[in-house]
Amino acid sequence: MEYNLWTALAKGIQDALPPLGASLREIVPVVLAIVAGAVCLELVVYLILAKVLKSRYALPYTLLAPSALGLLAFLGWPLVFNVIIAFSNWRLVNLLNPSFGLQYGIENFRKVFTEPLLNTAASTFGVIFGRTVLWTVINVFFHVTLGMGLALLLNRNLRLRGLYRTLLVVPWAIPDVVVGLVWKGEFHQQFGFVNLMLAKFGIAGPPWLSDGTWAFVAVCIANIWRGIPFMMVIILGGLQSIAGEFFEAAEMDGATWWQQFRHVTLPLLQPVLGPAITLGVIWTFNNLNAIFLITEGGPAEQTNILVSALYNAAFGFSKYGFGAAFAIVIFVILFIFASGWLMASGSLKGVTEA
Amino acid sequence: MSTQAAKMQPRRARANSFFYRARGDSPFALLVINLVLILACAIAVYPAVRVFTISLGPFNQSLIDPFTVIPANATTANYIQLIAKKGFLLWVGNSLAVTCSVAIIGLALSATGAYAFSRWKFPGRRPALVFLLATQMIPAGMVLIPVYLMLAKLRMVNHFNGLALAYTVTAVPFSIWILKGYYDTVPLDLEEAAMIDGCSRLQAFWRIVLPLSTPALAIVFLFNFMQAWSEFPVAYRIITNKNLYTWPLGLRALQGQFQTEWGMYAAASVLITVPVLALFLYSSKWLISGLTLGSVKG
Repeated sequence: MEYNLWTALAKGIQDALPPLGASLREIVPVVLAIVAGAVCLELVVYLILAKVLKSRYALPYTLLAPSALGLLAFLGWPLVFNVIIAFSNWRLVNLLNPSFGLQYGIENFRKVFTEPLLNTAASTFGVIFGRTVLWTVINVFFHVTLGMGLALLLNRNLRLRGLYRTLLVVPWAIPDVVVGLVWKGEFHQQFGFVNLMLAKFGIAGPPWLSDGTWAFVAVCIANIWRGIPFMMVIILGGLQSIAGEFFEAAEMDGATWWQQFRHVTLPLLQPVLGPAITLGVIWTFNNLNAIFLITEGGPAEQTNILVSALYNAAFGFSKYGFGAAFAIVIFVILFIFASGWLMASGSLKGVTEA
Repeated sequence: MSTQAAKMQPRRARANSFFYRARGDSPFALLVINLVLILACAIAVYPAVRVFTISLGPFNQSLIDPFTVIPANATTANYIQLIAKKGFLLWVGNSLAVTCSVAIIGLALSATGAYAFSRWKFPGRRPALVFLLATQMIPAGMVLIPVYLMLAKLRMVNHFNGLALAYTVTAVPFSIWILKGYYDTVPLDLEEAAMIDGCSRLQAFWRIVLPLSTPALAIVFLFNFMQAWSEFPVAYRIITNKNLYTWPLGLRALQGQFQTEWGMYAAASVLITVPVLALFLYSSKWLISGLTLGSVKG
């Protein structure tokens, strides 16, 4: 049957309504129950704290009770459970009756550091960790430098400034999944625009996604493209808060443009740049989508970073116990890095004591 | 005008620093700056435009010249097929149901929780804040493995509730951070004045602080919405029933055999992206101020 736009819409709605109705019947009562439950919980907590215990902090604990309970139950408990899983031999074959024990845990953690994480011999922890560091450094470096360059250019008297700013933010505004799948298509050796474009200039495009090195370059390009706007906007906000007098004074003292950048712009940008880079590093390090949607870690597992290797090990190969141990290792690495960085820059103090 | 003034006042002219030009750049500098920015804009927008072009192309034709925007034999066939035969509307409906639940519950929980963090120094506040910050460093798999195994043991895979729950608990910590940062900027005097006038603390929160925080609340709602709206790895593991597909799963299924479904896949991307893009660009100013307020307090 041939459809036009209206009959297509009618058909689509007709097909969608029954399953959608079933979904809504499942989810709406649960949402209402959660809201009602939260209110009841607050009442109970308040009555106990204020009337029975006469606590000074009855009200804040009451306000926190639903989110605290929810986070403890559905985030805190899974994290604890993750540690328990790390001390088990849980795999697909014993999905419903795993065994737990210290020896399994030791075995799991030993395997993380001594055996290949995935199928190929080259997928060892050292190699993938090195690639993750490279991935993070390359991405954050280009996000910050290119973002900074664009922000410096935008921070001038330009007639079309608003338009430029809007267009430049577009990569950030497109949903992750679309970005990933679009770039996957665009790096196609025959049909992707990257190679069609290169052909226009007489260059034979490389086999982007079937060669390990090129695939890594491809995911880096895609993720750099995606991440620049965030840094640009944050830096632009910081630049606009710097008073012009600083530069005028520096100019009077005969500072060159590099000296002005180095000794005026950068120090004054630091309160903005520090946390933004911290967040950028954490997000890039943990960026599963960029890798998984474009290459799934391939070809031949050559573009895996730690989080995608974890996803593939845990779900591709169904090694849950091993995956849980691996996840703990990744978390510890990030936690040490981030707390070290935050301590050094002193922003943790400001954050918890504000 | 400006060059004349510069000649008459050499000292002021020199004060026009490289990084701060009160009177604007020279025409040549302006030209270079504009060219660079135009090139950057083109690179930023091109992949999106390209998807639009392919969505208008006839079936199975992806070898469209890279400099064409509207292909010669443009057609809406991809859109029609997508809506009539692929269940696209169901995916969007499912995504909306999950996403709205997440955004609403997440907002309600974090709005009250953040107020407690902002106004009281209760015992346990500091470790709780550090815990909230630490949740940002958790790799996706670390929550997904236990959640998946629990759901598998309870035979609850393929239910929206598990999905919505997973999204909500990952959204709440960041929301509390942002909202706490915003509440901190609302002066305490306002609430005290209201309480002298006979309001209770909760009434003051409800009538004074919440209305004043509308921009931040909007940001948090939007942020949670966007996160849940385009989440893929968790949904990919928890949902396998085609009737429960959210749009990222549907989109991915289309690209499974991208040779044949490429045009339809592009059409789906366009339909998903346009509303989000519009919303995002419309609200980007607040989004950014909210993000920086939360993280840049120190």
